[in-house]
Amino acid sequence: MDYKSTLSVCPYCGCGCSFYLETIDGKLVGTKPSATSPVNQGKLCVKGWKVHEFVQSPRRLTNPLLRKNGELVEVSWDEALDYVADKLRRIKADHGPDSIAFLASAKITNEDNYVLQKFARAAVGTNNVDHCARL
Amino acid sequence: MAGLAAAFGSGAMTNSIEELAGADTIFVIGSNTTAAHPLVADRLYRAKKNGATIIVADPRKIQLALTADLYVSQALGSDAALINGIAHIIIKEGWQNQQFIDDNTEGYEEFKAMVQGYTPERTTELTGVSAEDLYFIAEKYAKAPAGSIVYCMGITQHTSGVDNVKSLANLAMLTGQIGRESTGVNPLRGQNNVQGACDMGGLPDVYPGYQKVDVPEIQAKFAKAWGAELSPKAGLKIPDMLSGLNDGSVKALIVVGENPMMSDPDQHHVEQALKKTELLVVQDIFDHQTAQLAHVVLPGASYAEKDGTFSNTERRIQRLHKAVEPVGDSKADWEITQEISNRFGYPMNYASPSEIMDEIATVTPQYAGISFERLEGEGLLWPCPTQDHPGTKFLHAGGKFARGKGLFHAIEWRAPAEVVDEEYPLWLTTGRAHVHYHTGTMTRNSPSLHALMPEGFAEINPVEAERLGVSEGEMLQLTTRRGTIQAKAMITDRVRPGMVFVPFHFMEACANVLTNPALDPVCKIPEFKVCAVKLDKAA
Repeated sequence: MDYKSTLSVCPYCGCGCSFYLETIDGKLVGTKPSATSPVNQGKLCVKGWKVHEFVQSPRRLTNPLLRKNGELVEVSWDEALDYVADKLRRIKADHGPDSIAFLASAKITNEDNYVLQKFARAAVGTNNVDHCARL
Repeated sequence: MAGLAAAFGSGAMTNSIEELAGADTIFVIGSNTTAAHPLVADRLYRAKKNGATIIVADPRKIQLALTADLYVSQALGSDAALINGIAHIIIKEGWQNQQFIDDNTEGYEEFKAMVQGYTPERTTELTGVSAEDLYFIAEKYAKAPAGSIVYCMGITQHTSGVDNVKSLANLAMLTGQIGRESTGVNPLRGQNNVQGACDMGGLPDVYPGYQKVDVPEIQAKFAKAWGAELSPKAGLKIPDMLSGLNDGSVKALIVVGENPMMSDPDQHHVEQALKKTELLVVQDIFDHQTAQLAHVVLPGASYAEKDGTFSNTERRIQRLHKAVEPVGDSKADWEITQEISNRFGYPMNYASPSEIMDEIATVTPQYAGISFERLEGEGLLWPCPTQDHPGTKFLHAGGKFARGKGLFHAIEWRAPAEVVDEEYPLWLTTGRAHVHYHTGTMTRNSPSLHALMPEGFAEINPVEAERLGVSEGEMLQLTTRRGTIQAKAMITDRVRPGMVFVPFHFMEACANVLTNPALDPVCKIPEFKVCAVKLDKAA
C-alpha cells in the first residue's frame, strides 16, 4: 500500500487555503488542512474538508468528444485537436481574428491562463479574452 | 476592480487576510463572509475576540450579522447612498483625516460638495438605515486607529457596481484608513484564481500584469517577447461576445473552465447566442449545460492532477502539486492549448508549468521575482519585483498610491435598473449557500456536500409565507420578466418582508433564469443582486 500526502491549494473560493491531499495507491482518500498556512492555519470549511471527493468522480469527462451528425461522440485527441485547429484557421481566414473569442477562467492555474491568452493574442491575433470575474 | 483601479491605481485587495485580525473596526458590506469566504470570516471572528468593532451592512441578515456590534439592513441597491451618508457625517463632524487628504489625494472638494446632499434624513429615506446607526458607523470607522473595509459581490453585482466600489475607496481616503497595517479596502474574490486570471491577462484590454494592449510601447514589448504581430485594439467583454455571436460578428468561442449557461444572467439569451456559434469548444472537468451545446468537448485535468499556481484574494501566489494522475485521457489545460497552438501554426514548447512561470516573470513586473522554487511553503504576495524581494503584504504604503495621488470620485446614488411594481412586487436577490460553490459543477459532484444540500430553495419571510399560504418546503413559483423557476420555500427572517433570496448553484432551480442582464456601464458586471419578482404558490 502506497500512502502519499501532497500539498495543494483549494479550488473553491478566493481564500486560498492550503491542505494535503491524501492518496492510497493513486486514489484520493482524504484532505488534511495545512497547519503552517498563513491563510487557514490548520482549519478548513465544510467544502474544503471534502475537496478531494469530486476529483475521481465517475462523472468526470475522460475523453475528447466531437459532434458528428448532431451527437457528441468520443474521438482521439488527434482528431479533436486537428478539428479545432483547422476550424480556427479557417474562421480566422474567412472572418478575421476578431471573429474568435476566448473565455479564460478563474478556476484554472496562472500557467493555464497565461498560455491561453498568449494563444489568443499571439497566435490568433485577437484581444477577445475575458473570464467570469464579474459573475 | 475597475472601481479600485480608478481610485488607487490597483484593483486588488489592498491588505492581507492575516491583517484583519489586527483591525480595530471592520466594516463588512455586501459580503456573506461566513458562507462565501469561511476562512476570512474566521479572521473577523478573531478580530471581534481581540476587541474589534464589527459592523455589517447587508440587505439579508447573514450569519455574521448575529455577532456584529451593529447590523444594518440597507435597501437593495442603496449602497452608494449609504456610503455617501456616512461620508457626510464624517465631514460634518470633522472626523476626516485632513492631513492624509491634503498630502495624498485629489478631487476632494468636488466629493465634499456632492456628499452635502446626503444628509442623515435623506440617507435614511433612501436606505432605511437610521440616523443613529449612520453616526455609529461613521464614528467607529473614522476614529479607529486601524479601520478596514471588506466587501464582495453584494457591492459589485449591480448596474452601479463600479460606483459603489469608488464610494468605498472615497471613504477609506477620507479617513486615511489605507496604506497601513490592518486598514484598506478589501474585495474578497469569489473564485480561487480570479485574481490570477486577471493578473495573467485574462481580460480584453490588458496583457499580463495589467499592461494596456493599446499602449504602443507595451504592445511592442509583448510583440517582441512572443514573436508575433499583436492587435492594438481592446477585445470584447463577455456580454459583447454574446451580442457578437447573435449578430454574426463572432463565429467561434473557446470556453475553458467556465459554464456561462449557468453563471451568466438571462439564461435563455445566452443559450440563443451559443447556438449560433460556428465553433464552440468547451474545455472542462465535468459535463455541463454549456458543454452540451459544444461542437468539441476537451477533458481537462483538475487541480489535484497537475502542477501550477493559484493567486488568492490577497495576491498570494501559491503552488499546487500534482497528487494523482489525470483521470482517463484528460490533460492539463496548458497542454491542450499548447497542442492546439502547435497545430494552428504558432509553435509552443513548454516542458512544464515551471517553465511557463519563468516566462511570466520576464513579462509581468508584479511577478518578476517569482519562480516555482521560491513559492514552496507559504507562497509570496505580489508585487514581487525582484528575486530577493520578500513580497508585499499591503499596497499603497504611507499613502503612496499606485496611480500617484488617490482620486476621489463624486458619485451620486443611482436606482437599480429594475425596481418593484404592481406586476412584480417583490425584490429578488441571489447569492451563495455555504455548502455549495458557484454553478455547482464541483460541489454537486461531491457526495457529502450533495447530501448536505441536495436541492435549491427560495428564502422568504414568514409574512410572505402567510400571505401566500405556503409552509416550509412547499413549492414556490418565481417569475420575472426573463423567466420562471420553481423552488422549495425556506421560511426565515434572514430576508425581510418583500424580499426573496435564491442561491445560484442549482440548475433545476436556476437563479439566472430570473436575473436581470442589465450591466454596469464601465465594467459590464450584471445586476445579479437586485431585480423585481412575482411570487406564487406552485400549482
